[in-house]
Amino acid sequence: MQQELLVVENLSLHFGGVAALTNIDLTVRKGEILAIIGPNGAGKTSFLNCISGLYRPSGGRIFFEGRDITRLSPHRRAALGIARTFQNIELFKHMTVLDNIMLGRHVHLRSGILAGGIYWGLAQKEEVRHRRRVEEIIDFLEIEFIRNRVVGSLSYGLQKRVELARALALEPKLLLLDEPMAGMNVEEKEDMARFILDIAEEWGVTLVLIEHDMGVVMDLSDRVAVFDFGRKIAEGLPEEIKQNPRVVEAYLGGQLAEEA
Amino acid sequence: MFWQLLLTGLAIGSIYALVALGFVLIYKASGCLNFAQGEFLLLGAYVALTLVTTYKVPFLPAVILTLAVAALAGLVVERLVLRPLIGEPVISVIMVTLGLSALMRGIFQALWGTDTRVFPPIFPQEPVSLGGVSVSAVYLWSLGLAVLLLLLLSLFFKFTTTGIVMRAVADDQQAALSVGISVKRVFGITWAIAAVVAAVGGILLGNINGVNASLASLGLKVLPVVILGGLESVPGAVVGGFVIGLIESFVGGYLDPLVGGGLREVVPFVILLLVLLVRPYGLFGEEIIERV
Repeated sequence: MQQELLVVENLSLHFGGVAALTNIDLTVRKGEILAIIGPNGAGKTSFLNCISGLYRPSGGRIFFEGRDITRLSPHRRAALGIARTFQNIELFKHMTVLDNIMLGRHVHLRSGILAGGIYWGLAQKEEVRHRRRVEEIIDFLEIEFIRNRVVGSLSYGLQKRVELARALALEPKLLLLDEPMAGMNVEEKEDMARFILDIAEEWGVTLVLIEHDMGVVMDLSDRVAVFDFGRKIAEGLPEEIKQNPRVVEAYLGGQLAEEA
Repeated sequence: MFWQLLLTGLAIGSIYALVALGFVLIYKASGCLNFAQGEFLLLGAYVALTLVTTYKVPFLPAVILTLAVAALAGLVVERLVLRPLIGEPVISVIMVTLGLSALMRGIFQALWGTDTRVFPPIFPQEPVSLGGVSVSAVYLWSLGLAVLLLLLLSLFFKFTTTGIVMRAVADDQQAALSVGISVKRVFGITWAIAAVVAAVGGILLGNINGVNASLASLGLKVLPVVILGGLESVPGAVVGGFVIGLIESFVGGYLDPLVGGGLREVVPFVILLLVLLVRPYGLFGEEIIERV
């Protein structure tokens, strides 16, 4: 049996009178790729924000590696090994690609100003180790040619890739991807899908991703969870989900409403 | 005359640059305009003065102690006043800094009264002669110290982890949180640094002009400086500081005698208005273009 990495119990989130999430139970197993799908406004991003700590849930609990992290601040969760990317890219736009990825290693930088000054050699050794790791990630994501460019000047697709690189630099155990392929062309999507599979297989990172492209979801994910109006309406293997009448209804209903 | 005005302008300008830098740091990190920056300047001046005159502490240790007190005050203000307001509308936060400024000014008056006090002579009294131009030593010291501090700070932002992390938070808070940066801690450090640079400015200006509450309104000069330089630009604060200092000095030297004085005090705010009319984002600020 696979081990549980993340356990979400009875999670609720309210904004005033609006219920963004209602009683969500979800378990993420170590090593799997779990996709979250659902119509717009279903609460998918809110759910990720609760896990990464940007939102405080109104009720319920979140366990990471058996530890209750419900009340933990976002930067502490990052230190535990939860990394993420954002739907609308959040990068340090005025810095270079290299600086952005180095900042991703922030949780691993042990020596502060003082220690760095005193143990000069040690700090240097650490720096070399970090650089090497960052180079591996740059090679892996094939962004060598833009390493010294300022992020703000890059194309959308490349910015998405830099954001993924920064998240990887944290050496996460759990990686949350919020629509990693939104706004990409077919070729870029194929690249991204390849990266995601490699991250799971070669780096042993567990992934939770939100995605709208059904083809991608069915190809990539080990399991799929479906959200609608802040509730989880289904969970299972991709083939099961495709045939689930509630899922079909949620999507079809959404489409009909849009057409009307 | 010209060279003398140039040097005094640069000296005063360097102090403006320092104080404005603190203002810009806070704005960049949290989007808050800190209208109490002038009071931090006053705090530095009063604490240093008290240590030197009342407790007879030698000048250098007194300065170091003052900076420690200022850093602590910055941290405390951030923790007690600003942090509870995280997530509140920016305008509320700005109003709170106005209230903070009034409060601090009141406390200072209660503690130190309203008389102008002067530092005992610390810098050499006789003017220094530079190639035929004689300038009082305190201006040269101020210029040197302020420039040194500006250099140290720019190295700090470029090369230390803390400095880079501060830039990261200024750039994108969500991203900073996601890579494990404690944004609250960074806010605290930002306020401490802003208070320290203001205190240095206060000590230097106090040595030049004497210390009373009007020193805090000198702190308001940061507004023309940062509007000219661009609100979110650190180099802009430095350039703006020197430009305003120089213009003030030249206007004071050449134009004031013609009109009977007073132009010197007004001219920075005239510049403020002109900049807002012509180039509202300043020299180095980001031009915000909204696509509709």
